[in-house]
Amino acid sequence: MYSENFQESLAKVEAAREKNIELEPRRMTAQEKEELLKAYHPDYKTDEFEVLTIGPNKGDKVPKELAAMLQAHSRINPADIDLSNPDYDVDVLVIGGGGAGSSAAIEAHEAGANVMIVTKLRIGDANTMMAEGGIQAADKENDSPAIHFVDAFGGGHFAAKRELLSKLVCDAPDAILWLSELGVEFDKDAEGNMITTHGGGTSRKRMHAAKDYSGAEIMRTLRDEVLNRKIPVVDFTAAIELILDENGNAAGAVLLNMETEDILIAKAKTVIIATGGAGRMHYQGFPTSNHYGATADGLVLGYRAGAKLLYAETLQYHPTGAAFPEQIFGALVTEKVRSLGAKLINKNGEAFMHPLETRDVSAASIIRECNDRGNGVETGNGLAVWLDTPMIEKIGGEGTIEARIPAMMRMFGKYGIDIRKEPILVYPTLHYQNGGLDISADCMTTNVENLFVAGEAVGGIHGRNRLMGNSLLDIIVFGRSAGKSAAAKCKGVTVGKLSLSHVNEFEKEISDAKIETDMISPKLLPNYVKQRDEK
Amino acid sequence: MENTVNIFLFGKKYSVPDNLTIMRAMEYAGYQLKRGCGCRNGFCGACATIYRIAGDRELKACLACQTKVEDNMYIATLPFFPLVKQVYDIEKIGPTEQIMMQLYPEIYACIGCNACTKACTQELNVMQYIAYAQRGEYEKCAEESFDCVMCGVCSSRCPAGISHPQVAMLARRLNGKYIAPRCGHLEKRVEEINEGTFKALIEDLLGKPVDEIKELYNNREIEK
Repeated sequence: MYSENFQESLAKVEAAREKNIELEPRRMTAQEKEELLKAYHPDYKTDEFEVLTIGPNKGDKVPKELAAMLQAHSRINPADIDLSNPDYDVDVLVIGGGGAGSSAAIEAHEAGANVMIVTKLRIGDANTMMAEGGIQAADKENDSPAIHFVDAFGGGHFAAKRELLSKLVCDAPDAILWLSELGVEFDKDAEGNMITTHGGGTSRKRMHAAKDYSGAEIMRTLRDEVLNRKIPVVDFTAAIELILDENGNAAGAVLLNMETEDILIAKAKTVIIATGGAGRMHYQGFPTSNHYGATADGLVLGYRAGAKLLYAETLQYHPTGAAFPEQIFGALVTEKVRSLGAKLINKNGEAFMHPLETRDVSAASIIRECNDRGNGVETGNGLAVWLDTPMIEKIGGEGTIEARIPAMMRMFGKYGIDIRKEPILVYPTLHYQNGGLDISADCMTTNVENLFVAGEAVGGIHGRNRLMGNSLLDIIVFGRSAGKSAAAKCKGVTVGKLSLSHVNEFEKEISDAKIETDMISPKLLPNYVKQRDEK
Repeated sequence: MENTVNIFLFGKKYSVPDNLTIMRAMEYAGYQLKRGCGCRNGFCGACATIYRIAGDRELKACLACQTKVEDNMYIATLPFFPLVKQVYDIEKIGPTEQIMMQLYPEIYACIGCNACTKACTQELNVMQYIAYAQRGEYEKCAEESFDCVMCGVCSSRCPAGISHPQVAMLARRLNGKYIAPRCGHLEKRVEEINEGTFKALIEDLLGKPVDEIKELYNNREIEK
């Protein structure tokens, strides 16, 4: 139920609904998109970025908040750390217990490696769990990995590393099959055909889903499999620094028990960073759809150990974050809502854009509609546009919403909004870290031996923007690949003397560059207690 | 303009704005959360919480990230509950009635009190899905339990000691792997890729000048 303030605009949305359902808004031309992005996308706000003055990406621009963290002090003083008696000694150390880390651990285990997961919260506390809409794979007759490649390459502004993207699209069907064999319940028809839809920027309907719990269904199944295999999971334990050996190869991590603050040492032949994204850094003050622990830890760990970043300056703002009510401000409203037919409508009841442009274009278009054209709805918490969910029931028939997007129905239902009958209010929310650590096709970083990366902490798979459904895909494809590669690699590895000298060297770089900071990193968790004082 | 309510976190009183969720209210009160906070969006089940409004007989359960505070709310979080998770090899079991008997025999001790359903933070019909599991109707159990976030509140209320979320997890995996119809077009595509059907096409894209791919992208046909 919306209060009086919304009724005038709401009436216009309802009055125009039939007409708007019929309407097929024009898609923007390449030039229109480029101009729109430059003017309105947060990635183009130059004063929100800072040039790194130390480390492997010296001279590159990244978001201010990330720069501060990459150039911050370590949480440890290496002189205080005893590396001579490791608490754990394994073949493969996986840092992070989300979809990528779990997939990696399962494959490393399958390959016979002694593998262990450390995760700063619980296994499954990850953005994977919150991915709603689906996972792409070109597995239908009218589709092919090549078409998938072109969609993703174009959607990412032709910046993806091609060898990574080709791996993503070519391994996609096998990833879906692997998940199915583990027991993931994809939406299928009675004959077993996958029920697939479009996502923004796709040219074929290749979005596979498990209702709008796609990521949750995948994550809980992977977690169950990790537990069935008795792979050790050390939870509530964060990696706070990588350990290298005397040859400069990755050889473990310094761990912090989040509750007791005890320091532990894990020695490993190979290390996989699968720490996920950065939404909780709240770049440019945006709310986020991300998990509580999404603080770019892996980027900090890798950077200090000498690994290069790629496209760290590009973030994804999901066009449809919940803008009302304030209790769910910033929460994800899955793109699947638009895949099923709901359109974006301004306060005058006009469908102002094609609902399935790529995410960066859609987000920029909503920002323009609200902040420049004056067509946003005032929510009491900022401006927003309508996402006309009742269209879904009109197009797909009554019951479509409950069957296909039950989580959305529940999320708004808790606040008295029945999305079958009333539209919802949305505004962009910080959603995905497009950039990350630079890897080769075998998932090893390009310049630190025995250090592997998978999932959102990787940069370059998608280029400068990512299509819906390619992230659940990348955590599975690259998670599995990292697990296999790391397990294969560790057979030939003899770990040399453990060392944290890179941490000392980084501290020296900080002081040589005259960076004055009292910040320590990785951040591990956001601090929302402070917000009390700002009230 | 902001109204405040009194809440009691583990019995201790705090005044907080009335528009906050329980989770935000805890942070407002000064808690830096480590336990009991996960996705903050209702998907992960980390923030299971039980509460009672002073004067009410009924004990309620919810997710702290999805529930607004109320005046005189007595709140205790349940950041961990010792569920029983049996270990099995998904390749070696099948969707038989015996498998539940073998792995989770306690489900047959259900006394039908329905406390699980009443406590469910997702408003699922928990007792019903356990009944389906008892009868080996895994497809129905999977469907009925699909929205489960495995917070464990149901199990905390169960006099028979059933670990409902783990029973449902097993049922869903059995359904996904063994009962749901296999996907022909998927298996065919995997085979084609393994045979190298698309190799030439992909290699062509790997070497193509960017301008030519731009051309392809901007003029590609989009399925209706």
